[in-house]
Amino acid sequence: MNYRMIFSTVGKVALIEAGLLLLPLLTAVIYGEWWVVASFGITIAVALAIYLVCKVLFKPKSGIIFSKEGLVTVSLAWIIMSLIGCLPFIISGEIPDFADALFETVSGFTTTGASVLTDVEKLSHGSLFWRSFTHWIGGMGVLVFVMAVTKKDTDRSIHILRAEMPGPTVDKLVPRAKDTAKILYLIYVVLTAVLIILLICGKMPVFDSIVHAFGTAGTGGFGIKNSSIAGYNNYCQWVIAIFMFIFGINFNLYYLILLGKFKDVLKSGELWAYFAIVGVSVVVVTLNILSMCNGFGEALRLSAFQVTSIISTSGFSTANFDLWPSLSKGILFTLMFIGGCAGSTAGGFKVSRIVLVGKNIRRELRRSLHPRNTSVIKFNGKRVDESTINGVNGYLAIYVVCIAVITLLLSIEPFNLETNFSATVACFNNVGPGFSLVGPSANYSIYSPFSKILLSLAMLLGRLEIYPILLTLLPKTWIKK
Amino acid sequence: MKVVVVGGGKIGATIIESLAKESHDVLCIDSNPEVVAEIGNIYDVMTICGNGSAYDILKEAGVENAELFIAVTGSDELNMLSCFAARKMGAKQTVARIRDLEYNTESLGFLKSSLQLSMAINPEKLTAEALFNLLKLPSALKVETFTSRKFQMVELIVKANSPLDGISLIDLRKKYNEKFLVCVLSRGNEVYIPSGNTKLLEGDKICVIAASEDTHKLLKSLGYLQKEAKETIILGGSKTAHYLTEMLLKDRSSVKIIEKDKQRCEDLCEHLPSGVDVICGNGMSQDVLMEEGIETTDALVALTGSDEENILISFYAMSKNVSKVISKVNRNELSGLAEKLGLDCIVSPKHIIADILVRYARALHETIGSKVESLYSLMGGNAEALEFTVTQDFEFSGVALKNLQLKPDILIAGIIRGLNSFIPGGDDYITSGDKVIVIAKGKSLCSLAEIAEGR
Repeated sequence: MNYRMIFSTVGKVALIEAGLLLLPLLTAVIYGEWWVVASFGITIAVALAIYLVCKVLFKPKSGIIFSKEGLVTVSLAWIIMSLIGCLPFIISGEIPDFADALFETVSGFTTTGASVLTDVEKLSHGSLFWRSFTHWIGGMGVLVFVMAVTKKDTDRSIHILRAEMPGPTVDKLVPRAKDTAKILYLIYVVLTAVLIILLICGKMPVFDSIVHAFGTAGTGGFGIKNSSIAGYNNYCQWVIAIFMFIFGINFNLYYLILLGKFKDVLKSGELWAYFAIVGVSVVVVTLNILSMCNGFGEALRLSAFQVTSIISTSGFSTANFDLWPSLSKGILFTLMFIGGCAGSTAGGFKVSRIVLVGKNIRRELRRSLHPRNTSVIKFNGKRVDESTINGVNGYLAIYVVCIAVITLLLSIEPFNLETNFSATVACFNNVGPGFSLVGPSANYSIYSPFSKILLSLAMLLGRLEIYPILLTLLPKTWIKK
Repeated sequence: MKVVVVGGGKIGATIIESLAKESHDVLCIDSNPEVVAEIGNIYDVMTICGNGSAYDILKEAGVENAELFIAVTGSDELNMLSCFAARKMGAKQTVARIRDLEYNTESLGFLKSSLQLSMAINPEKLTAEALFNLLKLPSALKVETFTSRKFQMVELIVKANSPLDGISLIDLRKKYNEKFLVCVLSRGNEVYIPSGNTKLLEGDKICVIAASEDTHKLLKSLGYLQKEAKETIILGGSKTAHYLTEMLLKDRSSVKIIEKDKQRCEDLCEHLPSGVDVICGNGMSQDVLMEEGIETTDALVALTGSDEENILISFYAMSKNVSKVISKVNRNELSGLAEKLGLDCIVSPKHIIADILVRYARALHETIGSKVESLYSLMGGNAEALEFTVTQDFEFSGVALKNLQLKPDILIAGIIRGLNSFIPGGDDYITSGDKVIVIAKGKSLCSLAEIAEGR
C-alpha cells in the first residue's frame, strides 16, 4: 500500500482544516470572544503541526493510488479531521468532555446534526459558527475540496472521489476529476449564497442566516436555538424546507441545468422517485396531523418542513414530531432510511439505490414465475451493469448488518428500544434527531461515553458509506502477512 | 483542448494516456462496458459506453466542441464513419485509423478528402517504417528521422571497450571530426541531458543526433559494426510484415516470411512481389527456424500477434548469433522486462502512434512564432525530441544562442536552414524559416519560445 501518498494527503487535509478554522476564529474576534479566539488559535497550530509532520515524514515516492488507498485515505482524513475539529470545544471548555466534543464534531462533519448539548444558546458565537461550518465542509466532502484546490492532478484520483461521494456510481461531470470537484463546489457555494440572501431578506439576523444556511446546505441540522427553526417566521421555514429539498438532489443535475440540458434532467429516474416520495409523504403527513394544527396551512408547513428535513437527512425541526400520530412517525422513520439522492449532500441509503433494489426485486419475482425470463435493469434510460446491481445488493446487506450490530451494542444502555433503535438509525443515516428520548426536543447527552463514541463511528460509517471505514478498521489492511 | 477518442483498445488507451498527461480534456467512447470502466479507473478522463459512430452518443460526448476527434477502433469502416459524423457535427480535426491494405492505396487520398479527414494513421505501416529504418542501421537500437530528412537520431548502447567507453563528451568531440551531438543519456533509471564533462560508461544508452548523410560514417568510426541487413527473416505474416516486406524488396534485400496460417500465406503470396519466400510453418518451432537458416541470416524480426512469443523467439535468435534481432512488443511491462533481460531492440506500435498524435495535438495549439513538425519520445518517455518550424513572428529571431537564457534540461540540437544543416554553437542564432530540433527532458513544449527562461 502507498502509505506515503495516504499520509501526505491526510496532511494536506489538516492544512486545509487549519485554513478553514480561520473563519470561526474571525467570527470570535468580531464578537470579542477572546477565550474562544485562543482555543481556535491553538487548534490551528496543532493542525499545522500535523501537516508539517506528514509533509516531512511522508514524501510520496510515487503518486499512484489504487482503490484501496483511496478508501483508506478518505477514512483516515475524516478521522483526523474530526479529532482536530473537536479541539476548540475542549480547549475553550464549552464541551469539556472528550467523548462529547468528538460526538458533536463528528456529528457536524458527517452532517448528522445530533447534539449532546442541553442548552445550545449558551455557546459562544465562534463555536456555534464552527459547529455549523463543519456541516458545510462535510456536506460536499473535504477531499473533494482538496482535489479542487491542489495544483497537481493525478491519474486514478477517481478512487478518492468515489470513496467520498455518496451513491452507487460516481459520474464525472467533465473529463478531469479536479475540474469536476471545482464545478461541484462552485454550485455548492452559489446555492449556499442564494440561501443566505433569501434568509436575510426574511428578516433572519445575519449570523443566524449564515449558520442556518451552512446547516441546510450540508443537510446537517445543527441549530443555534433550543427550539431549532420553530422560532423563526413562516417565510424562513418555507425557504429552509425548499432548500433542504434542493440540497437533497443530485448535484450533477444542476450542472446539466447550467448547460441547458433540461431534457436530460427530466430523464433522471432518481429525481422523479425523489419527487414522488416527498410528495406522497407530505400529503399523508399533512392529512394525518391536520386535527392537531390550526388549519391546513400550518399542517402543510409543518409536514413539508419535517418531511424534507428528514428525507434530506438534515434534522432541523419546527415541531416536536415525537408527539405526532404513529402513522406520521412511521413515515418519517422510513424516510430516515431512504435519504436523499446520490451525489447530493444528503445521507441515508439513497433514492437511487432504493429504485435499483426495487427494480431488482421486480425482476427476481418475474424470474420465479418464469424461470427462463431474461431481462436487464434500466435506470435513467440506460442499462445498468450487473456489477452495479450486485454492488447495491451487497451494500443493502452490509447496511442492515451494521444497523443491527450497532443497535445491539447500544442496547446495553438502559433505555427503551425505540430510543436505541431510532438513535442508531438517525446517526447512521446522518439525520440527527430520533424518537422518544432522543426526539427533536431532546438530545444525546443521556448516553454513556462508550455509546457516544460508538454512535460517532456509526455516523462516519453512514457518511462514507461503510466500506472506507470498515476497510480501515480491518487489521488485514495494515498487517502484511 | 477537448479531445474525443473512440476505441479504448491497446492503441486507444496509449493515446488517452499520453493526451491526458498533456492536460487535454479527454473523453473516451467504447462499446465494451468493461473497457470503459477500466479506462475510467486508470486515467483522469471521462468515459461513455456506446457506439462511437451513433449520433446520440456523439452528441452526448459533445463532439461539436471537440478540437480533435480520434477514431481508433478495430474496424476501419467504423473509424471512417465516426470521423465523418463527427466532422459533420462540428469537430474541428478528425483522425482515423485506416489499416486495411485495400484502403491504403492511391484511393486513400480520395477517402481522406471526401471524408474531410485531417489525418489517416496506419499503425502497421508506421511500424514497418520504423523497422525498416532499424534494418538499415542495424547497430542502432532506434532510429528516428526528422521531417526534412537532414537529421537522424540514433539510439546506441555503449559497449565495453568500445571507443565510447569511458570518454568524456568534450574529448569525443575532439577525437572525431564528424558533426554529431550526444543529446540524451540514460544510465540506470535516470535520464540526463549530458554536458561536455559527462563521461560515458559501459551500459549507458545514448541518443546521438547527426546529419543523415554522416550517420553511416559516424557509426563506423565509433566502432559500431555497420552492415546493412541483406537477408531478413520475418516471423508472423501480419500487415506490418506485408508493408515491411514491400519496403525491403524495393531496397533489394531478400526476405523470408514464416507464418502458421496456410490461408494467410497464400494471401501474402498473392499480394506481394514474387521475390519473397513465404514459408508456412510454426515460427516457435526451432526445427523450422533452423531449416530456414536462422544461423546464416542477418536479421530476424518477430512480428507475431503475441508479445510473449516474440520475446521468446528473439532470445532464441540471439542465442544463435543473429546479428540483428528486433521484436514487436506492445505491453509496457513486458518490454521493460525483456529489456532488462538483454533484449534491447524493441518496437512498440502503440507508442509510435501515441507520439504522432501528441505531436498533432501540440501542433494544434495556437502558438506564435513556431509550429511543431515532429516529436519523438525518447528513453521510455522521459525526454523528447521536437522539431519546430520557425515562423516570422518568432520573438528571439536573430538572437545569438549564447545570449538566450535557456531553461534547464533543454538542448538545441540542430538547425536546418535552407539546404544547410548544422549543430549550433553559441554564436549561432535562430531565424524565421529555420527548422530547429530541440531536446527537452521532463517538459512538454508547445512552442519554441518556451525554451527560454520565464516563458
